[in-house]
Amino acid sequence: MAAATEKGSRERELIVSVSPHIRSEVSVSRIMWTVSISLMPALVMGFYFFGPRAIGVVALCIASSVFFENVVGKAIGKPGTVSDGSAFLTGLLLGMNLPASLWSVHPFLLHVPVLGAFFAVVITKLLFGGLGYNIFNPALMGRAFLLVSWPRAMTTWLKPAAALVGLDAQTTATPLGILKEQGMGKLMEVFGTKQSLYLHLLIGERAGSIGEVSALALLIGGLYLLYKKYITWHTPLSFLATVGILTWVFGGKSASGGLALFTGDPILHILSGGLMLGAFFMATDYVTGPQLRQAQVFFGIGCGLITVIIRLIGGFPEGVMFSILLMNCFAPLIDRLVKSRPFGFREVRA
Amino acid sequence: MPMFAGGVHPPDKKELSSSKPITPLKPPARAVVLLRQHIGAPAKAAVSIGDEVKIGTVVGRPEGFVSAPVHAPVSGKVIAIGEFDTAMGRPGEAVVIENDGKEDWVELKEAPSFLELSPEEIKERIKAAGIVGMGGATFPTAVKLSPPKEKTVDVVIVNGAECEPYLTADHRLMIEKPEEVVAGLRLIMRSLGVKKGFIGIEDNKPDAIEKMGAAARPYPEVEVISMEVKYPQGAEKMLIKAVTGREVPPRALPMDVGVVVQNVGTTFAVYEAVRYGKPLVERVVTLTGEGIREPKNLMVRVGTLVTDLVNAGGGFSAEAAKVISGGPMMGFALGSLNVPVTKGTSGILVLPEEGLFHASEFKPCIRCSRCVDVCPMGLTPGHLSVLAEKGHFEEAREHNLYDCFECGSCAFVCPSKRPIVQLVRLAKSMVKP
Repeated sequence: MAAATEKGSRERELIVSVSPHIRSEVSVSRIMWTVSISLMPALVMGFYFFGPRAIGVVALCIASSVFFENVVGKAIGKPGTVSDGSAFLTGLLLGMNLPASLWSVHPFLLHVPVLGAFFAVVITKLLFGGLGYNIFNPALMGRAFLLVSWPRAMTTWLKPAAALVGLDAQTTATPLGILKEQGMGKLMEVFGTKQSLYLHLLIGERAGSIGEVSALALLIGGLYLLYKKYITWHTPLSFLATVGILTWVFGGKSASGGLALFTGDPILHILSGGLMLGAFFMATDYVTGPQLRQAQVFFGIGCGLITVIIRLIGGFPEGVMFSILLMNCFAPLIDRLVKSRPFGFREVRA
Repeated sequence: MPMFAGGVHPPDKKELSSSKPITPLKPPARAVVLLRQHIGAPAKAAVSIGDEVKIGTVVGRPEGFVSAPVHAPVSGKVIAIGEFDTAMGRPGEAVVIENDGKEDWVELKEAPSFLELSPEEIKERIKAAGIVGMGGATFPTAVKLSPPKEKTVDVVIVNGAECEPYLTADHRLMIEKPEEVVAGLRLIMRSLGVKKGFIGIEDNKPDAIEKMGAAARPYPEVEVISMEVKYPQGAEKMLIKAVTGREVPPRALPMDVGVVVQNVGTTFAVYEAVRYGKPLVERVVTLTGEGIREPKNLMVRVGTLVTDLVNAGGGFSAEAAKVISGGPMMGFALGSLNVPVTKGTSGILVLPEEGLFHASEFKPCIRCSRCVDVCPMGLTPGHLSVLAEKGHFEEAREHNLYDCFECGSCAFVCPSKRPIVQLVRLAKSMVKP
């Protein structure tokens, strides 16, 4: 055709692709790093109460996660996911789910976080197909693996103290551990009043995993993610509400030790253990939870139900980890049962 | 107000061209008139090489019921008939006319009392003018106005949403020709025997709402509706929901819920066709984007090459990298500027390299649910994209693949930058509805 028009198309290579031609700013790496940042308040509180040991455990987890993602990922042909921050986040979450007591040379326990990271990143994630394809929450699988492999070390809790630098740190039981083994009376003995107990749980001055102790710091991080719309209320609220309601109804004991309905302490249960960390940061994991919002409500209720069953009648004092891992299995099924309603579907005229 | 669930808010960028009045673009030296400018059977060439034509001479005759004639947009001589590049990528048959510059029109049959024409006469004039849906779908308008007897249509909606970012062609028409658009709507209503007409406009165009409101004031049967700004508000089903509260069932047509929707440009063309007998040989095209020097709204003859438009806009700024026919959400990226404007070309958008998204860099679906939240059709686009990626096309079909109208909201929000629309199209090409 006309010379002028040919010149136009020859001078310049035009990019051709299918619509849409504009994209939003959000990216996988931005999500991963934002979630990591929202965990910082809780991490800082963990560092504050458990000192350099906590820093060591978390750093070891992050370093090994990134290392395994990089090395094993390359070896099995799943490279290029380190920069997206998901390995960092897995390492961070794993570290926050471990006791600071693992930073110990005598007895030597430093291999424990490393093996946890291996199980999380390599076994749980990469071998299942890498980012987006794992069935179970990697950090929680890492922790579950360690809990059954090193049950003693994994339930040895440091006593929180602001200036905890000495070599021989004192250990103690978690509030849920005390509640399970010795009952409410003992818990009151340790913390004095209910108010004092709640305050300790909110601030984080209690025994537990590094990142789970401060309910308030976790709540701040969780609210930030809600505000950023990186998560929605569906999973955390249904999870927390289920635990609250069920522990209120079934969590109380009469003087004789029998069940006293509607006398449980939901606040204690909501603030303690790994519930805040689990509800806001682990059960909301995109990959291992359901996709439909309604399904997420059922998912959260299921998590809450299993958590309460384990806490009240199971062998472990805490059940958040197992509840989420068990519900991970059901996530695709719940999605399938709920089904989305296509536009106009209800008004089909026969 | 009823509102569809989902949708996205991409930066609208309308400010680049929304204040630029519609100016006529010089008719092209050569007009490339595609014979297929509509959905349905292509028109058949009605002229031969060497024929002299005037503006408005039929150069392509409709073939079959769902088809439309095409007319010469310039006067002069037919110099070629053959395959030509199109915006859609595939070549299409075109009649090429060398412009003699005389601007000779065929004799147009004006209808002095055009508002009193019978429905049949109105439809006949619309059909003869070759009017098609000018929002981009290009469905022949006369066919849309001839619903089967068993369907009762009681509402006509003029689609003034123009929800695609950047585009301002409809916006300008509503500001500059409000009376004409209202008259067009009343003609469409008359042709269908409908007593209620709406003009739905997104509330980011207050000036258009005001002008159209003023133009509609004398007619109680015409109402202007201000709608929330949300892409894809201008999609037929979403528009109908926002204006009437009715939901068009999956795979059904608007007329199944008693509604006919027409785009602003189409409505204006209907007015011109019915009143003046003017065939559809020109339309408003928004020339815009950060990659063009002078964004404009142009009245462009059909058959003008995109390269002429680019020149009219002062050429590319240095960094232009992508040229799109239509808007950034649903438009087609052009591989060549050597393609003609058609009846469905609402805009030519030039995007710069800077900030441009490259389709090859995508990650696996992380099931974040963003696409589920924004899908106006209530689908699970990410899952569809995974099924298509793995070749499970039949399963994709079972997951309501064909309810997707490819608005692109899912791909817009996808953090893994997955080419969801592309994968959906792949699946659609592999399985029948």
